[in-house]
Amino acid sequence: MRLAGVQKHYGNLHVLKDIDLDVARGEVVVVIGPSGAGKSTLCRAINRLETIDEGEILLDGQPLPQEGKGLARLRADVGMVFQSFNLFAHKTVLENVTLGPIKVRKKSKAEAEARAKELLERVGVAHQAAKYPAQLSGGQQQRVAIARALAMDPKVMLFDEPTSALDPEMIKEVLDVMVDLAERGMTMIVVTHEMGFARTAANRVVFMADGAIVETTNPEKFFTNPESDRAKDFLGKILKH
Amino acid sequence: MEAVFSNFGEYLDAFGVTLALFAVSGLASMVLGLVLATMRVGPVSVLRGAAGLYVTVFRNTPLLVIFIFMAVAAPKLGYTFRFVEDVEIAGWNVSAYFTRACIALTLYTSAFVCEGIRSGVNSVQLGQAEAARAVGMTFLQSMRHVILPQAGRAVIPPLASVQIALAKNTSVAAVFGMAEATATMRAFNNNYADQRVQIFLLFALGYIVIVEIISFGSHMLERRAKVA
Ligand SMILES: Nc1ncnc2c1ncn2[C@@H]1O[C@H](COP(=O)(O)OP(=O)(O)O)[C@@H](O)[C@H]1O
Ligand SMILES: [Mg+2]
Repeated sequence: MRLAGVQKHYGNLHVLKDIDLDVARGEVVVVIGPSGAGKSTLCRAINRLETIDEGEILLDGQPLPQEGKGLARLRADVGMVFQSFNLFAHKTVLENVTLGPIKVRKKSKAEAEARAKELLERVGVAHQAAKYPAQLSGGQQQRVAIARALAMDPKVMLFDEPTSALDPEMIKEVLDVMVDLAERGMTMIVVTHEMGFARTAANRVVFMADGAIVETTNPEKFFTNPESDRAKDFLGKILKH
Repeated sequence: MEAVFSNFGEYLDAFGVTLALFAVSGLASMVLGLVLATMRVGPVSVLRGAAGLYVTVFRNTPLLVIFIFMAVAAPKLGYTFRFVEDVEIAGWNVSAYFTRACIALTLYTSAFVCEGIRSGVNSVQLGQAEAARAVGMTFLQSMRHVILPQAGRAVIPPLASVQIALAKNTSVAAVFGMAEATATMRAFNNNYADQRVQIFLLFALGYIVIVEIISFGSHMLERRAKVA
């Protein structure tokens, strides 16, 4: 997956400034940076929930389609996990995971359910399959959301602050699932401030501020000895808490 | 009282016409309103604009004006709808008047149905539509499988009010020679001038029964939606 010269504005606000980013297959990239840096916008641009003004985003060497069916297919190949889970509120956990495969991938119900159960097992919520999202804890909902994205057999997974809406005791259960996913070779772009995750699972850390990529390094170096002043300043703030 | 009871067949026929106007326009306005609402919240800007214009025009034009247009101007333009007179449904001969009345009622009511559905769609969290798009659903798939089912409960009360208004608005067809309830009431009033109050009360009762049935149906639907 490759981003080249990506620019985006919201009115006068320049939210993405000339973003270049290559992510190799199986690589895990952690994106970190202060609030308002444009991290969410970057994720949303990658599966085109937002349009971009300039530049290119390529998946498997193919540019993102602009509209219609091709775009829907692309989104199916890019899994997305949101900060606020966004599980389908009127569907059971199992239906949440099978809806995409059945309607988008045109799988049979039996096939989709078998695969969904396997994935729910893997993220540790198989026994909740018949419940509705509102009956689950935040950590369980987020793990279901990961299973829902995985059910589409995506080429890349995007995580936009997947643990920042969670109570501390639930963060680990979600991160464990993500670490497992990384170890299985999934290509991942993860917006998070969880240093532990970045250190165990990430190949690279990308530091963003004010819409631009300020520095790209390996996790160890980033957390111990960052190059830019912006990153030092930022780490100083988050490490105090 | 006697005026109505000795002509009870006519009374029932009149409400039959009222109900037929209501049923046809009600169904047609729900279908057209749903299409318009989908256009209005959709990604295609031309369709969004067209549906917005439609709502502005038909919501802000008095129903009587739309009726006059259908009764007077449309035939001038060549739209008489005479061809429907060959159609017979369950022993009922469809009249061109009836068809034009239904069209006027549908054009008017579907603007309100559209806005009712749109407010329900807006009550569904934005994240739901984004999640649907993120798993690769097209706009229509996300409407059908994710947004509309969740909007369902929120749209029942406003749509019930719209349909109640429609049941009463069928009375405007009286002006154009449909022998529905209101026109028949006027005929009775002319023939039995001494019983006007009773005639009025009995016809009002007919409308009240229809509206209460719609309200009851909507409460049932709401209760069922709550359980699910
Ligand atoms: N829909 C929008 N319209 C206008 N401005 C927006 C919109 N979404 C985000 N922004 C602005 O873009 C900037 C980047 O936002 P975001 O990508 O959410 O940052 P981050 O996720 O890094 O906190 C912020 O200043 C935010 O206020
Ligand atoms: Mg964000």
